[in-house]
Formats: sequence, C-alpha cells, structure tokens
Amino acid sequence: MEDLIIKAENLKKWFPIKVGLFRSVFSKEELAVHAVDDVSFYIRKSEIFGLAGESGSGKTTTGRLLLRLIEPTGGKIYFKGKDITSISESEMKSFRRKMQIIFQDPYESLNPRMTIRDIVAEPLRLLQETIPPDQVDRRVNEVLEDVELTPPKKFVQRFPHELSGGQRQRVAVARAFGITPEFIVADEPVSMLDVSIRAEILRLMISLVEKYASSFLYITHDLALSRHMCDRLGIMYLGKIMEMSETEKIIFEPLHPYTKALIEAVPVPDPTAKRVETVIKGEIPSPINPPSGCRFHTRCPAYIGDICRTKEPQLIDVGKNHLVACHLYSSEK
Amino acid sequence: MAILDVQNLSTYYLIGEGYVKAVEGVSFQLEKGEAMGLAGESGCGKTTVALSLLKILPSNGRIINGKILVRNTDVVNLSEVEMRKRIRWKVISMIFQGAMNAMNPLYKVGDQIVEAIRLHEPDVFRKEAKERAAKLLEMVGIDASRVDNFPHEFSGGMKQRALIAMSLCNNPDVVIADEPGTALDVIVQAQVLRLMRELKDRLNLSIIMISHDLSMIAEICQKICIMYAGYLVEHGDIVKIFKKPLHPYTVDLIGSFPSIQAEKQEMISIPGSPPDLLDPPPACRFHPRCKYAMDICKKEVPKLLKISKDHFVACHLVKD
Repeated sequence: MEDLIIKAENLKKWFPIKVGLFRSVFSKEELAVHAVDDVSFYIRKSEIFGLAGESGSGKTTTGRLLLRLIEPTGGKIYFKGKDITSISESEMKSFRRKMQIIFQDPYESLNPRMTIRDIVAEPLRLLQETIPPDQVDRRVNEVLEDVELTPPKKFVQRFPHELSGGQRQRVAVARAFGITPEFIVADEPVSMLDVSIRAEILRLMISLVEKYASSFLYITHDLALSRHMCDRLGIMYLGKIMEMSETEKIIFEPLHPYTKALIEAVPVPDPTAKRVETVIKGEIPSPINPPSGCRFHTRCPAYIGDICRTKEPQLIDVGKNHLVACHLYSSEK
Repeated sequence: MAILDVQNLSTYYLIGEGYVKAVEGVSFQLEKGEAMGLAGESGCGKTTVALSLLKILPSNGRIINGKILVRNTDVVNLSEVEMRKRIRWKVISMIFQGAMNAMNPLYKVGDQIVEAIRLHEPDVFRKEAKERAAKLLEMVGIDASRVDNFPHEFSGGMKQRALIAMSLCNNPDVVIADEPGTALDVIVQAQVLRLMRELKDRLNLSIIMISHDLSMIAEICQKICIMYAGYLVEHGDIVKIFKKPLHPYTVDLIGSFPSIQAEKQEMISIPGSPPDLLDPPPACRFHPRCKYAMDICKKEVPKLLKISKDHFVACHLVKD
C-alpha cells in the first residue's frame, strides 16, 4: 500500500442538466451528463499513468476530480492511503501542497499581467509558507533552470506574451514543480504546441518526474506520444475505463475492440506503411443517455450478441495485471 | 501539363512595423489526380500559399512576385470578378481550417452549399442546386435528409464532411484542405482521411493538404513540400523524402514524429523556435537552429537543387 500515491475507487461525476419547471415537476427522470461513471485505478510513486480516449470520454473530469477541483458525485479518492473525498477545504489545503496541475493551453493558463517570476512564485507563496520570502526567488531560479529557461534572470522579469508557446508551457511546468509536488495532473500538456517542440517538453517532464520522484497523471488523446511518456495506460470511453495495463501491452497486444480501433486509427508517419481499410463507424455517443450494457456496443466491430446490449462488462484481470472490460474476455458468455 | 504551376511566389503582409515576409520564392507543380502535402511548423507560410492561390489574402496581404499558372492562365493579375467566375470553387476550392466554426450557424447546411453552387453557376435553379447539395452530402457519407439541418445539429466529423462536400460542389480540379484533421478525434480523423482518399481516386481530384502533421500527409499524399519560414526547403516524392531526407530541417521534422508502430526510439526535437518573419535571419533562414550551420549559410540563400527527377532541396550541405 505504501507506494500508492493516488487511488480512485468507483469514482463518479454526473453533471446535472437544468430542465424546465414543467419537466422537473412532471417527469421523474433526472437528466445528467455521465462524465465519469465508476472509474477505479491507482498511481504508484514516481509512475507516469496515462489516460487516453476521444474527447468526451471523461479524462479531463477524472483529472480534476483527483485534485478535488470539482466534487465527485460518488466514489472515493485516496491520497497516500488517506481518504480525501470529503474532507473540508481547510484540511484539503495541506494536501494541495503536494498536488499540482499543468493545463492544456499555455496561452490561457498564464496570467498575462504577471511576470514569469510572479507566476512561478505564486504557488510557493500560497502553499509553502515554510519557505521564507527571501528564499522564494532562489527557488524560482532553481525551477526555471530545471525547465531549461536559462539563464533565469533573462526570463524572470518578462511577461507571458514575450515568450513562445513552448517557453510558456515550460513556465507552466516550472510553476507546477516549484513546490516539489508528489502528484501532478497534466491535461494534454503538449497538444497546443507545434510537433517539433513537443518532444522536448515531454522529455523535460519525464526528467522532472524522475528528479522529484513525483507521480504523474498524463491525460492525452495522442496514443503515439503516450507510448513514449507513460508507464501504464488506461483507455477511457464514455466515462468508463475499457482497458488498463502497461503501455507496451496496450499498444502491441490490445484486447478491447475499442483500443484496437483507436490504435489502428493513429496515422503512421511513413508513406509506405500499409493503410488500414476498416475504420469504425460513427462518433462517440452522448454521455447524457449512454448506451445500455457495454457502452461501446453501438460502434463495436466485434459485437457478439444480446449480452453486449443488456449486460455491462466488468473490468476484469485477464492475467499479468492486464484489465479489460469486454464480454469477449469474460467467463460468463 | 500540370494543372497548377506556381513559379517563384512571394507574398508579404504589410503591418505597421514593415513587411512580414510570409512566403518567399516558392515554386511547385501539381498534376491532375495528384495529392501534395504542404508541411511545416506554424507560421511557416503554408496557409498563406493557399490563400495566394485563390487570391483571398487578408486586405494587407500582397503577392509581391511570381506567377500562379492555373491551366496555363496566370491568375496573379486576374480581376476579382474573373477570379470568382473562372477560378474559385470551379478550378480550385478550399476546405477551411476549423470545421467547427467554418460554417454560418444561422443557415441550414444545405442552403450554404446551395449558395456556393449558385454563386458560381448563376443559371442553376434553386431546386436543382438543392438536389445537388443532397447528392454531395450522400457522397461524403451523410444522409441526404440532413440537408435541412443546421450546423449545430451536426457532430464535428459531420461538419468536416459537409465542408468537404461543399468544396466539391462546382466540380473543382484542385481541392486545398487546410489542416483537415486537427480538432478531430483520432477515429473521426481516420474516417475523414479515408473519405478524402476515396474521393481523390473516384473523382481524379488533385489535393493540396496543408498540415503540420506529417503522419496525416503520409496517409494520402504522393508529393510533399516542406516549408520553413516562408521558404520551400525540400520537395518531391514523399517516399524518397521520408526515406532519405536531405535538409537538416526535414530530418528533424520527420524525426520529431513519434510512430506508434516502429521501434521505440529517442524523440528528436528542434531546438529554438521559428524566426520572426518581420526581421528574418539573413541568407538561409534555418541557420540559427541548424546544427550543421556553416559560414556560407549566413551569407547566401541556398538555391533549390535538383537531386533527382522528383527530389529538390535547398541547403548548402548538399552539393550537386
């Protein structure tokens, strides 16, 4: 148990939908977006865990739930074995010192009126009262060097608009690592950047995760990049985890038909590669009324009959910690 | 004979502080039925090339130099009316970037296609145009009954398909697709790419695909042009360039693409960022980021050299 930093158990988040007075009085049915629906996983110490899936699959909501930026509808979140699901905001503060988030868009996540120094120092100032004020600048310089914005004195007095996209995302990374957090959520941290600089930012994050022994939740839709980044990978679809295992296993021995489809759909940067001719049809259904049974059955190329429509498959271990939720692999067919 | 022959095209934008030299001396040819990719980092001038071909540049954009021969007619000096009557949408059409926002939310999808048809073919009746719109939607895999839907009733992938349908409404020879896959999910993106490949074969279309994503270009194109800071640095047959890239920029750009299938390898990235085109570096614009930069790179613009019949490169490292 010791080395589990984050553990989520049956985590749920339903966003209620406002309906008119008439419907709320006369209809018993409550409408909600089932953004995250019964998700369980854990992240070990200094492990990079990836959550991948199409947009609308609930990956971002899961990330925010873990940090309690939004309140879960059900389930439990454990941080180092302690239940943090329903503790008060003031108690939460001591945990916030150990958690950080890196947002997707570096053009919007940095306050345009603050200097780089103030941006990076803010979490230190707010969360790490133990650091005396005169030490803050030293720490700011340290992390700026960590993210290779060198020499730091060239950057501290600048504003975000003076930096390129890649440099901005480095500032966001520096801000997150400033308080030496034990757990970081990175929500599509490179999807807004040019491909030519993505690799550099990813490498930087991997090296910082090693240096500070942090645990990392990497949220992405890009399987090719997550292969280089993550130790373990969970594939999400409509609020559920469909398959979870070590990254290499997911990529090379995928079991779930959805995972297979997702991997086949990734374009290959090689003009001579064989082109896949079968692409699954349709798009992700609405999470307001998710399909019954297995949520993927409406698009599944391996549909095996009524069971897929009526019974929801459980996430089961098919050996060597490879979990999959599909009736093809369950014993009770 | 090439359907599109661009010779030495330069396009600048005039802003308060001077000229932004967005495109500088770009030349390429496109044959009928051929798909060409235009690749490079953001701000390298890919979209400006496309806008120049249709002459739909923003008001501060100017084609400074060069020729654009469309079926042997130079369109650079054609009037607006002539462009609309003869070229736009009939010979060259465009699928704009950002399918989510490229359609007017207040008009039905079908009516927007009808508008495009009737603007370029005024003698077509409304009813007939509407039938054509429905057929086009069917061709891209959308049920013809959806012709009276509004854009918000379409999903992201369907909007992108509808835009593709619209671009085909006047039977063009060349379709320019500006980042057709970005903002779409992988599976939907694969569906759209497959659709474009099918249409290209069925209608013998020429396609110019603008993308920073080389893997998407590799999926459909036979030819590729790599642009850097307004210059064409390497172009030619896609297989040759992927197998044996010669320009250091191309090497790094291809290397920075993780492949899901190949062996896991160290990811390459290109240090630094693209230059400011208001005041670009002298001579070879890539030299500040190039690990092989020599003295000559700072003094002389490298010429586009012919390596073989279908492989051209502009770099001082390559001698003929």
